[in-house]
Amino acid sequence: MFSLDNWQEILDTLAKNKLRTLLTGFSVAWGIFMLIILLGSGNGLANGVEYQFRDDAINSLWIRSGQTSMPHQGHRPGRMVQFTNEDHDLIAAAVDGVEHTTGRYYVRSPTVTYGKESGNYDVRAVHPGHLYVENTIMTEGRYINELDVQQVRKTTVIGDLVKQALFKGEPAIGELIEINGVAFKVVGVFEDAGGQNEMEKIYLPISTAQRTYGGANRLAQMMVTTGDADLAESEAIMDDIRRRIAARHNFAEDDERAMSIFSNLKNFQRFLNLMGGIRLFVWIIGIGTILAGVVGVSNIMMIAVQERTKEIGIRKALGATPRSIIGLVLQESVLITGVAGYIGLVLGVGLLELAAEKMPHSEFFLNPSVDLKVAIYATLLLVLAGAVAGGFPARRAARIRPIEALRDE
Amino acid sequence: MLRLEKIHKSYTIGKNALHVLKGIDLTIEEGELAAIMGSSGSGKSTLLNILGLLDDYDSGEYHLDGRLMKGLSETRAAIYRSQSLGFVFQSFNLIPFKTAAENVALPLYYQKVRRKKRNKLAREYLEKVGLLEWADHLPTELSGGQMQRVAIARALISRPKVIFADEPTGALDSTTSLEVMDVLQAINAEGVTMVIVTHEHDIAGMCGRVIHLNDGMIETDERNAAAAA
Repeated sequence: MFSLDNWQEILDTLAKNKLRTLLTGFSVAWGIFMLIILLGSGNGLANGVEYQFRDDAINSLWIRSGQTSMPHQGHRPGRMVQFTNEDHDLIAAAVDGVEHTTGRYYVRSPTVTYGKESGNYDVRAVHPGHLYVENTIMTEGRYINELDVQQVRKTTVIGDLVKQALFKGEPAIGELIEINGVAFKVVGVFEDAGGQNEMEKIYLPISTAQRTYGGANRLAQMMVTTGDADLAESEAIMDDIRRRIAARHNFAEDDERAMSIFSNLKNFQRFLNLMGGIRLFVWIIGIGTILAGVVGVSNIMMIAVQERTKEIGIRKALGATPRSIIGLVLQESVLITGVAGYIGLVLGVGLLELAAEKMPHSEFFLNPSVDLKVAIYATLLLVLAGAVAGGFPARRAARIRPIEALRDE
Repeated sequence: MLRLEKIHKSYTIGKNALHVLKGIDLTIEEGELAAIMGSSGSGKSTLLNILGLLDDYDSGEYHLDGRLMKGLSETRAAIYRSQSLGFVFQSFNLIPFKTAAENVALPLYYQKVRRKKRNKLAREYLEKVGLLEWADHLPTELSGGQMQRVAIARALISRPKVIFADEPTGALDSTTSLEVMDVLQAINAEGVTMVIVTHEHDIAGMCGRVIHLNDGMIETDERNAAAAA
């Protein structure tokens, strides 16, 4: 049934019915083309969303303090809550499931100078765990470490853009920069997945900054990472932190204004769900489009069989078995859907590649593409679709009786 | 070669059964050139369809080359047709998008003969009917007589034991009719059994045997000594 000769016979037939072949193929090619474009766009959107989460660790919790909004144990609402180093140490020591912890303290209106160069940069005083909260990538030297904090060393880690602005390509490690007149030794340079803005930062050991710039033991905010905790476990960690900090500062545990915890994971999960929904939607639309193409092929093959009743009758009179007639129609259908589908596939992937390259950069739509697995599935689906599309017309063709087909009008 | 015994055949059209063949007994020997005549509705086409294994019959027995042909599956019938029978039709029934040579080669495709050999044989048989220079033309570029000769070449290529011709000259003028009959007679002279359905007396006159059908029965069955020569 699948001999070379057979295919030659079918190719002959197709070549001699060009318009019909073209029209049939077009609907399938279009279906696959649309599916690929839709899937690719879906992926582009998903990549864009993931890119939005590139800055900070996905498993990070961001803890901020505020003003109490509920009366609690005889206290009136409206008290300020101020985090201190003790809060950080408590969370680090007592809360199960936290992986890395850090506090953050900001140096006010800092001016940063090196030789004749100077500039204004965000200066953040942090614990060593901060490295894991932001997706900081060290390119030279090292990050702030425990010893820096314990021994209150005057060390600093600067962003790549800070280095470029101040050092103009000269080596920075070991040099001294002045922040508001106090000298710090550069021990590391970093890049950040979060982009330009995040690389214009300067980090100091928390203890040094608090002491040097009159911060006492105050923290502006705290961050922790939760390891590979899932959503429920991370919720439990949040509750634990809330209970302990509320007890220490004497505010109601459910007072969201006194202390807020922002869970990156929870947000990410929300986006994952959304993306899952979009993906499902895309598949439904895409499959629908292909199905329409397949129905089109089936329909056209049905008409073709009708049109070729006489030809099939002649073939039968000349010795064609029902099986070979089924093979003729089925193989024709599979060949058309297969080839046309493949053309649609290539065009779709081509357009996606082109779009990925030429499209203006957008943070919400990145690298639209489909992976090989999807392409293979789509190809298999096509062959199957071709067989299904050809199945009904083929059976009808096999039932044609030569006497009726050859009866002279 | 062909032996029919008490063949009955009826068609149901709506609720009415139409009894077309009412007990046909007929034997055609190897190498005969037989004409079947009869008015329309006499059952001659039905008889030809049964002889050609294009249709089944209700009762009786049909032996082709000594083998009983009864209740054949479509596939078996197709194989017998492919191996031992050839057909020539009134309206030629060439496949319009295939060239003369491709049309002639088609029966061999169903015998799984290799393409090269097929094409070579097709040209040989086209030469036999005097159409070699037309081998690569489409049927629409040929005259009626030429198309019928292509159809004859196609019927011959599988070296059948019997050729059935259904009004082979019905669509041709008298000159080309004679040409076509000459070809058919020449083939018969080589020993191929031939059954021709016709309503033209001069065509029947060229056949060695003339069988008249009337209302589903054989009315007369005459040998024609002059034509056999």
